[in-house]
Amino acid sequence: MIAIIDYGVGNLFSLQSSFAAIGSEAVVSSDPKLIASADRLILPGVGAFEDAAQKLRSSGMADVIKREVAAGKPLMGICLGMQLLFDKSYEYGEHDGLGLIGGNVRPIAEVIDKDLKIPHIGWNRLIVKKPSPLFKYLNDGDCVYFVHSYYATDCSDSVTAVAEYSAELTASVEKGNVFGCQFHPEKSGDVGLKILKAFCEL
Amino acid sequence: MITKRIIPCLDVKNGRVVKGVNFERLGDVASPVELAQYYSSCGADELVFYDITASAEGRALFTDILTETARKVFIPLTVGGGINTVDDFDRVLKCGADKVSVNSGAIRNPDLIYQAAKLYGDQCVVISADVKRQEGEFRVYAKGGREDTGMEAISWIKRCVDNGAGEVVLNSIDTDGVKQGFDLEMLEAVSNVVNVPVIASGGAGKIEDFLTLFRTLPKVDAGLAASIFHFGEVKISDLKAEMARAGINTRV
Repeated sequence: MIAIIDYGVGNLFSLQSSFAAIGSEAVVSSDPKLIASADRLILPGVGAFEDAAQKLRSSGMADVIKREVAAGKPLMGICLGMQLLFDKSYEYGEHDGLGLIGGNVRPIAEVIDKDLKIPHIGWNRLIVKKPSPLFKYLNDGDCVYFVHSYYATDCSDSVTAVAEYSAELTASVEKGNVFGCQFHPEKSGDVGLKILKAFCEL
Repeated sequence: MITKRIIPCLDVKNGRVVKGVNFERLGDVASPVELAQYYSSCGADELVFYDITASAEGRALFTDILTETARKVFIPLTVGGGINTVDDFDRVLKCGADKVSVNSGAIRNPDLIYQAAKLYGDQCVVISADVKRQEGEFRVYAKGGREDTGMEAISWIKRCVDNGAGEVVLNSIDTDGVKQGFDLEMLEAVSNVVNVPVIASGGAGKIEDFLTLFRTLPKVDAGLAASIFHFGEVKISDLKAEMARAGINTRV
């Protein structure tokens, strides 16, 4: 069973439905006992970093996640959920993340061409930098769906794929049993479902 | 780089997909959930569901259909029609919509876009504008294209984007249903003043019309159409293969 961690941000309906579509049971929960009994964890997230990081801590979920990850359980952060895995974010100030993967989150405006639109929104190709068990069903040139204005940087050791948007933006990361996708697998059609399936088979 | 998007639009009334020609003569096409699944499997990059029901029963039926679609279709879903308050945003987002498009609601309440963008983020708010040439200018129309608001369209759209709309759907009433190609002049005028994605709507009749759109106006991000997809005049899989062959960045 997969636990989708509920800490009061975002709509988890599509995410839960996408696991149902690949035949995996996923439960949306904030119950530490249930999360402890799950085989793997999903950390979702949309919205602002500061607010989400705050809610993760005040709900006690930050400690639960750290404990489960230390025990070896696979965790996947999605979109803002991926950004929360890092040390720090510079979205409207400077805010601490979970520190599960070394690196920082910074505005894409700092690295992309001035005339490009922000957010980086739409379907873009995954450019694989390092083999990952999450990519085992993927083909060259597969596209996934992105919506973000900030990106993970200073984390080259952990980057498994990037997307090209005049600069290379971190698309996915991996460190031990901790995984992160900047894109939305639950909105990336069959390609996204294949990535979730691979995560369920870890 | 980001690929150009192809978006089928499903006008839904009383639980069925309908499509008007110049917004009139509505005809029944198919089940929205089935059609959405079919389009997703053909390579549609996104879906727009437009609720054109007026009754409360119709609205409840629409949200049921939306929920059922979000359960089965895993590409971005934009919902419009009858969005007048932030509660309406909440209602459709809870059913699995990713973006919400406002039209008449933003004309009636200019604050709506700002309020919604603050709550849900710019990327969630789409301004959908029905625009028609009138007295030598582009004019915004309300109520499904039936009512001239008297407002000049380009400055109005720009104001909506300044207030937080993260995307523009530009529907040309002049070319809608005519099937002689998108309204390139109108689209260029809008693309020149906003720096958010612009979606072309109204006028596509054949594959070549999409190629012309993306070649002529590289700033336009997506092409939207309804009846030509519903009636199989243009197959999305063929369209996208042609786009890729023409060197247009496409998800195939």
